[in-house]
Amino acid sequence: MSEFIQQVVNGLQLGSVYTLISLGYTMVYGILRLINFAHGDIFMVGSYAGFFVTSFLLGRVLLPVAVTFVLGMLLTMCLTALLAVSIERVAYRPLRNAPRMSAVITALGIGIFLENFTLATLGPEPRRMPVLIPSTSIRIGGATVSTVQVAIILVSLLLMLLLDAFVTRTMTGIAMRAVSFDRNVALLLGVPTNRIISVTFAIGSAIAGAGGILYGQAYPIIDPYMGIRIGWWSFIAAVVGGIGNIRGAMVGSFILGFLEIFTPVVLPSSTYRDFVAFSLLLLFLVFRPTGILGQPVMKKV
Amino acid sequence: MPERSPKLPLSWILVAMLPLTIILPAFNLVNSYLQQVFMYVGINIILTASLNLINGYMGEFSVGHAAFMAIGAYVSAILTVWVFPKAYGPFVFPLVLVAGGIAAALAGLLVAVPSFRTRGDYLAIVTLAFNMIVKSALENIDAVGGPRGLLGIEKLTSMAWVYVWVVISIYCIRNVVYSNYGRGVLSIREDEIAAELVTVDTRQCKVVAFVIAAFFAGVAGGLFAHLLQFINPRSFALFPKSTEILAMVYLGGVGSIGGSILGATIFTVMLEVLRPLGVWRWVAIPLALVLLMIFRPTGIMGLREWRFLVPETEAIPEASGPAQRGAGGTPGLKEADSHGNPAD
Repeated sequence: MSEFIQQVVNGLQLGSVYTLISLGYTMVYGILRLINFAHGDIFMVGSYAGFFVTSFLLGRVLLPVAVTFVLGMLLTMCLTALLAVSIERVAYRPLRNAPRMSAVITALGIGIFLENFTLATLGPEPRRMPVLIPSTSIRIGGATVSTVQVAIILVSLLLMLLLDAFVTRTMTGIAMRAVSFDRNVALLLGVPTNRIISVTFAIGSAIAGAGGILYGQAYPIIDPYMGIRIGWWSFIAAVVGGIGNIRGAMVGSFILGFLEIFTPVVLPSSTYRDFVAFSLLLLFLVFRPTGILGQPVMKKV
Repeated sequence: MPERSPKLPLSWILVAMLPLTIILPAFNLVNSYLQQVFMYVGINIILTASLNLINGYMGEFSVGHAAFMAIGAYVSAILTVWVFPKAYGPFVFPLVLVAGGIAAALAGLLVAVPSFRTRGDYLAIVTLAFNMIVKSALENIDAVGGPRGLLGIEKLTSMAWVYVWVVISIYCIRNVVYSNYGRGVLSIREDEIAAELVTVDTRQCKVVAFVIAAFFAGVAGGLFAHLLQFINPRSFALFPKSTEILAMVYLGGVGSIGGSILGATIFTVMLEVLRPLGVWRWVAIPLALVLLMIFRPTGIMGLREWRFLVPETEAIPEASGPAQRGAGGTPGLKEADSHGNPAD
């Protein structure tokens, strides 16, 4: 039983990290119908930005750890948001009316560019993220849970709630949903579409940047290719939940997190993890092609 | 009909090239590095043209083409390494490649089934998941070396074999595209519902497209395995292999066999030419791809075709079949939004 609770917490932790990244996928998809394949690498850049910012704050400015955590998080979020907005401005906006797949290939290209630019400038050697959350164990019902896990889950939940409130309550959020519903009509009704799209990219990537730091707390080794696997899994999470749907991304991420944690528990070897997860995903998509919370797409001539 | 005349010379040229691909390496007239590059170009042309059948002509978004390649590579490598004695190698090689292709085609059949219900981005995930499943399965089968891969494959791939298979694959894919099935495939891209309404058997067309594309990807995988003499599951991962094939398709341009040939050639040669850049090579290549997409979103040959690849019955002066369909922007590539209005 205690091991079960432990695994549940592990699943929650992983699911939280996936959520932070899959939100960016799903928001951009919702608004532009673009699979932003560069998003996993924005997460990676977020990790690196977090590494440099917090190392600087801890080592040079000599701030206390708690302040560094909050400040580093905010600065990283700003940096990744800035990066994503400039990518959108330079690479995606010229393709707004181009064939859809050209934009997807551009996103793929940007992703590979980010990975290898990081590799070329910062070197292939993995780096170790500074510890920002002091790790102590808490015992809950016989299971040992570390403060890092609790912090990751809580901060992620906070970000999710903030985002949900932002999208449903604020004017900008409503405008985002309007653009997502129908970009042309929104434009006719006076919604500044381009600005809203930029805001969407900024928010999605800021959350991914936060995910970069939090992930670095749980798995401190960061390298230029770390974004690929996490990116794919988060993307799949977004699809399972119903891509374009923010709450769906949250549901899908936790499902994938649990799947990843519980596969090695059930099966003898952890090497079957990908195999089982993707087989389930495939079956799921065959029987429910639009995801859990996705609306069935109406097909008309 | 002045268009009639080029047909005969083309097939003669193609046949005349064959001895060249045997003589040049036999007398060491081309160094082995250039031969290697030539063979990679050929293999990539097969991969690109076959993926173009799904992504370009059918308008689906398949991202896991390397999975079919992996199946073909492993099946053919197992056959030459374990089943047939070494001495028979060169003689059974074409059969082995076909066997690999058939195995991949069966997998293609498997992937075609979800495509009956799923389209667009969701089908992309199906193919993506399929690629990961194949890679993960191969990693877990110890008999084929698990993650270490399969070693000791004989080098049976030669310039001549690559050349022959490139010609066969281009010929077949072209003929499929301009066949009845091909028109069905094109109609799926333009509008699936409308195609169904005019009694196109879309399921059959999808199966045909996936099976043929998978078959040639499998053959390309077999050629690849017997060229590299060593394969492991990671050689067929989503990144970089599948991504590279995608890049070649969209670089050359969708819905164009000529584009596939150009895209594969340019991309492969560019990889080799930029080798001195070292780490910066993979910074420069995606950047070039992004710039191309921004300034020429349809790729080099998007929806256009070289005249000699179009059957005479299709050839309309100046604008060939696909080009006409692509007139006025590229309607085939725009998809209806959730309200059924064309996204314009």
